[in-house]
Amino acid sequence: MSYDNPSFIERIAQNPVPWIVTSVAGLFLLFSTVSVVPETRQGVVLRLSKPDRIINGYHKGEVFGETGAGLIAKIPFFEEIIWIDKRILDIDMDPQQVLSTDQLRLNVDAYARFRIVDPLKMYTAARTSDSVATALRPILGSALRNELGKRQFADLLSPERDRVMDSIRGRLNRVAAQYGAEIVDVRIKRADLPDGSPLESAYARMKSARTQEALTIEADGFRQAQIIRAEADAKAAQTYAAAFGKDPEFYDFYRAMQSYKVTFIGVNGEAPKGNTSFVLAPSNDYLREFRGGK
Amino acid sequence: MMERTGWKMRLGVLLNEGGPWGRKGGGGSSSGGSGGGSGGGGGDDSGGGGGPRNPWSQPPGGGKPRGPRGNSALDELINNLRARFGGNFPAGGNNGTMIRNALIAAGFLWIVLTCFWQIGPQQEGVITRFGKYAGKLGPGIGLTLPSPIDHVQKVDIQAINKFDIPDAAGENLILTGDQNIVDLGYSVRWGVRRSELFLFQLAKPEDTIKEVVESAMREVMSQTSVKDALGPGRGTIEQRVAERAQQVLDHYRAGVSIRGVAISRAVPPAPVVEAFNMVTVKQQEKQANINNANTYFQQVTAKASGEATAFDKVYEQYRLAPGVTRRRMYYDTMEAVLANSDKTIVEPNSIAPYLPLGSNKPRVSVEGAAK
Repeated sequence: MSYDNPSFIERIAQNPVPWIVTSVAGLFLLFSTVSVVPETRQGVVLRLSKPDRIINGYHKGEVFGETGAGLIAKIPFFEEIIWIDKRILDIDMDPQQVLSTDQLRLNVDAYARFRIVDPLKMYTAARTSDSVATALRPILGSALRNELGKRQFADLLSPERDRVMDSIRGRLNRVAAQYGAEIVDVRIKRADLPDGSPLESAYARMKSARTQEALTIEADGFRQAQIIRAEADAKAAQTYAAAFGKDPEFYDFYRAMQSYKVTFIGVNGEAPKGNTSFVLAPSNDYLREFRGGK
Repeated sequence: MMERTGWKMRLGVLLNEGGPWGRKGGGGSSSGGSGGGSGGGGGDDSGGGGGPRNPWSQPPGGGKPRGPRGNSALDELINNLRARFGGNFPAGGNNGTMIRNALIAAGFLWIVLTCFWQIGPQQEGVITRFGKYAGKLGPGIGLTLPSPIDHVQKVDIQAINKFDIPDAAGENLILTGDQNIVDLGYSVRWGVRRSELFLFQLAKPEDTIKEVVESAMREVMSQTSVKDALGPGRGTIEQRVAERAQQVLDHYRAGVSIRGVAISRAVPPAPVVEAFNMVTVKQQEKQANINNANTYFQQVTAKASGEATAFDKVYEQYRLAPGVTRRRMYYDTMEAVLANSDKTIVEPNSIAPYLPLGSNKPRVSVEGAAK
């Protein structure tokens, strides 16, 4: 058969119906025999509704390009392919309220990632991957409640969390295996205090902690300032003592002179407040010479 | 064999001289020379030149009679064919020829459309051969097998995608390791690292990335104190979240790389903001207090040192001549003091004189101030 034979094409053109019928039938046969298997899917081949073989099944650590994907053949009409997702699928659950051993409530939202590793088992147990997810969702919830219910709230906020997750994953994996699925990962998406009194008491605690911190800081400020002032006074006293201690008697005189000046004349050119009048007796030492040298 | 070479020749002719526009026109007006060769695809049955010009065939001026070569190569080809098949092609379009040509055109178009792939400079083309991964195409024009066999999915591998958590305005409360609550907003930048993994590995890659980062953020925050989260620890948190998320995504073999996590907002929740602000206020007050004390320290010690030095200087001189210096200082001071004041001198054993002084003025009696 060659395209470039015009008489052939002409023959088709002249009498197209049988040709069209034949080619449609041929194409139909071809398409029902041959199937394209993408990398993202695996399949169970049913021969007369009885599972016969698996195509492009998942193998751990396989590399794209070396999988079972590609073109496959099956017996038309007798065999049927059930397609199953080969990618990593997700189970998203509704947030759960969990009570920890120290009686703290927590709203936990988690997710799990799983993959169908045994398509045949999955097909016989659940038919579709969606129903696997539906079946695993409540189990994820209960595993989470159980596991977290055995722990203290603080464990969730610590590296211990990984161990909790592993434990939940193990629990979930045992169930998933019955569906031919494998749990790739379980993670806590969020863990929040529920609205209302738990959240408010947390806020109250935060507030009191901050207030405490604020007051501690304030007190510490006062303390440090006081110490600095005392040090200043001590150092000044030391300096004064070192200087004045050389001659206490002269210091007394010297300081008195300074004091008179400050009191009666003022400092830095400023006159002292109020006027001063002196009433002096002639016996005053200052007036000694005034009396005529007696 | 004859046919085959003829076919090849014809294909060559079509590609070089005729082109898809010329073909049909040639079939329609086999006489040539009447402008058919350059006739538009739509107008060739009527032989007119009303349609768009065929860019592949002849220069303008189709009305000009052609030389010895006369017709376009295509016309010649058609003539040959007619001769070969006993001239039973009625001129003006035979069904067989039409279908055949249409098939050729369709095949040609098919090949052009499904074998050549233009891959942009930022893209990578992932080839699947009957669904199976069969390599990648780099930027430029890539060649693959035609359509039902090969298929190419283009993935933007240079692009940096970004999403924000939370998506909209609003609080995103996260528990910290010391059981405090922080309102945190951040953005995540990510890109595709291995396009085939990105396409084939995860059912919902983008949702997955988001969930993984969100969970990594909460995990890291659950090991961070509220102080670090609100202040100096941000850089560390960002880095740890990116690392952790990358680790998880690699575990999924997602083919994604987290380019960065940037915290855009880390504040205490609204109901406790006031308490946190109070801490800041008190910190500043503390600093102010300490600063004041330090100022006092400077002043007091400077004053002490100044006074001590002054005393030392005077004392040095005083020691050289104690008696004289002492009297001099006494007189100097008294002079300065008494010079500015009212003075009354009273004989002690006499009758107290009437003192014409302002009754509310202070009175000072100086007696034997100096020995």
